[in-house]
Amino acid sequence: MIAEIGHYALVLALGLALIQGSVPVVGARLRDRALMDVADISALAQFAFVAISFAALTALYVSSDFSVLNVFENSHSAKPLIYKLTGVWGNHEGSMLLWVLILSIFGAFVAMFGSNLPETLRANVLAVQSWIAAAFYLFILFTSNPFARLPQAPAEGRDLNPILQDIGLAVHPPLLYLGYVGFSISFSFAVAALIEGRIDAAWARWVRPWTLAAWMFLTLGIAMGSYWAYYELGWGGWWFWDPVENASLMPWIAGTALLHSAVVMEKRDALKVWTVLLSILTFSLSLLGTFLVRSGVLTSVHTFASDPTRGVFILAILVVFIGGALALYAWRAPLLKRGGIFAPVSREGALVLNNLLLTTALATVFVGTLYPLALEALTGDKISVGAPFFNATFGPLMVPLLLAVPFGPLLAWKRGDLLGAAQRLMVAFGGGLVAIAVTFAVVRGGPVLAPFAIGLAAYVMIGALVDLAERAQLLRLPLTTSLRRMRGLPRSAFGTALAHFGLGVCLLGIVGESSYNAEQIVAMKPGQSVTLRDYNVTFDGLVSRPGPNYRELVARFVVRRNGDIIGTLEPSKRSFAARGMATSEAALLTRGFSQIYISLGDPGADSTISVRLYHKPLVLLIWIGSVIMVLGGALSLSDRRLRVGAPKPAKKAALQAAE
Amino acid sequence: MLLLRSLMVCLALATAAPAFAVQPDEILKDPALEARARNLSRELRCMVCQNQSIDDSDAPLARDLRILVRERLQAGDSDTQVINFLTDRYGDFVLLKPRLSGRTVLLWTLPALVLLGGATGLLVLLRRRRREGASDGRESAQSLTADERKRLAELVEGPR
Repeated sequence: MIAEIGHYALVLALGLALIQGSVPVVGARLRDRALMDVADISALAQFAFVAISFAALTALYVSSDFSVLNVFENSHSAKPLIYKLTGVWGNHEGSMLLWVLILSIFGAFVAMFGSNLPETLRANVLAVQSWIAAAFYLFILFTSNPFARLPQAPAEGRDLNPILQDIGLAVHPPLLYLGYVGFSISFSFAVAALIEGRIDAAWARWVRPWTLAAWMFLTLGIAMGSYWAYYELGWGGWWFWDPVENASLMPWIAGTALLHSAVVMEKRDALKVWTVLLSILTFSLSLLGTFLVRSGVLTSVHTFASDPTRGVFILAILVVFIGGALALYAWRAPLLKRGGIFAPVSREGALVLNNLLLTTALATVFVGTLYPLALEALTGDKISVGAPFFNATFGPLMVPLLLAVPFGPLLAWKRGDLLGAAQRLMVAFGGGLVAIAVTFAVVRGGPVLAPFAIGLAAYVMIGALVDLAERAQLLRLPLTTSLRRMRGLPRSAFGTALAHFGLGVCLLGIVGESSYNAEQIVAMKPGQSVTLRDYNVTFDGLVSRPGPNYRELVARFVVRRNGDIIGTLEPSKRSFAARGMATSEAALLTRGFSQIYISLGDPGADSTISVRLYHKPLVLLIWIGSVIMVLGGALSLSDRRLRVGAPKPAKKAALQAAE
Repeated sequence: MLLLRSLMVCLALATAAPAFAVQPDEILKDPALEARARNLSRELRCMVCQNQSIDDSDAPLARDLRILVRERLQAGDSDTQVINFLTDRYGDFVLLKPRLSGRTVLLWTLPALVLLGGATGLLVLLRRRRREGASDGRESAQSLTADERKRLAELVEGPR
């Protein structure tokens, strides 16, 4: 019964989406308020029905109803409750349901908080939003129905893939989807603006916070996924340039570019046409990511060809939305009025440079990810494009971008002073040089270029703070005056500084880990010790332990430094009976920003076990930097200028008077 | 889901007990030679996995290739010779960084083309803008409608 309710609710949501996709558009044409208002109500109702559908699937998982195919294939009655809940989206069908749930949440948000938008724009935005929704409801209902029943209910399920039985699954996909799908808002706004043939200040003021929010979620989602991979996969890597990762990186790069061009549009009314194009591209790349991950095309072009229903369906969605939006763009964009002019050396100019470099980086990831697929489909030739390619191409592109980052905020709008900015950045240059010198003096080993990269990171970090110091006239005015000025700065200024600072921190972590990583691969007997940098690691022995739905073989290691015990580590190997699979759980010991990482290989005769030990300097900064970037975004989002849907004092006063 | 698919494929191949990538018994005595082997392994693809290097992969094939690389190095091959030895057998598919050739020319040059194309486009746009901008300034005062001029006058002189 629950499955049928869930299924039916989804069908109703589809019906609503079709209404919401057509009636308000007609209303906007005819300027008929009643028809336009349909959009608000149906957006909220759509959310309610998708939520019912999602709740139904969750209930099926929690009650382990194996008469439902999806639950049977991906769940097990002995699975801990948390993984029953997260297992809802740990499979293709459920994750698509999560996708449309988030889409409907965003639609409901626009309906609830969009009262200050011009009403035709709001009606059109919500209509475009539900075109996307309708396409994905159809996809789920026709090719990926999570509520399909089995003729006979099996007694036990096949369990969730053990690698996914981790807290990472609870956090990573929802965050990633909030990012992916969040960009649908800027897409809908762009398409609505093109339909109307005009863009005004309200447009930019709306698009920027939504883009920023989506970008924050995507940043967190990618960072979380990276940390999850780092501790779960057992070889200590955190980024693999895997096509599935690239699929999430591409919208992130485009979203970062969009964030910056939207600033220009909001402040200076320039770059409108480009911002609209970027809005379309960013969500198109989200759709492309969904296609790459969900169609099976990545496994091989041939698996895609042998079972093409899903892939072809998403491909059709891709073609209709991307092709349609770009065609609309080509047709209508010339109507958009061009805005303010600016000199090449100016804040606008810096942001254009940011966009140019990010677009190039995007092209690199795009071509590297899709080239092997295209080549194989067209000629049958197989080539591989992996980490070495991206390190050789993407890496160098980041250097000019990072060098330019601190300049941006220091240049004035319209016409800036490059030399003046450079002079004000002297502290940052100096800091970078000191960092290079110190690294050369203190650290032995590692690649020759690594100290320069550390210098670059220091330059970016200090450069980010220079802007704040300059605006508060630190050291030039008395400290109290400076601090008062600092308090008076808009939060978005702190947001920018913090986000750029986080970028530097992240870079520092990347360089530290990838250049100065120490590794030991050994077979150890109980009682044996190995030395890893300044640490001495002793293998105590093996114990076997039962878990809720697995058995694990735990190895105990004692870590000493200068003879003092600083911690014990217990990496393990878990075997899951239901799937006959095993996972290796790494153990981590954090020392400052660095970590000691131990993962287990195969046990041999007489309690010998092969062990991988790493010392990963500054590795935590990769994720701390990402979180700082997100905090910068949050600070900027809380700036008064951007706060949308603030309560209206007049209404409150009226209510109080009535009491 | 991020990067888990590749893992699933490889885990499925490695059956129930995933060993990890480089194993202790593979490591060469000579640290310099071992470092070269590791660097080479990172450039080579485990052909039964999804986009994993043989350095990262648990698959038995990856182990065979790692051992093969080490054997060639011990036999005195240079890095290029090892790579050539492998591409002769397995084709260019084994390289994670494709060589520049007719088939891959677009792969290697597209980013540069985007950068150059974008920069050129911007320059052209900037020049055209500047010319238009100069003329815009002159025309804008005249391009106001009679209504707009009246409102402007009101704003400047204050309401009467």
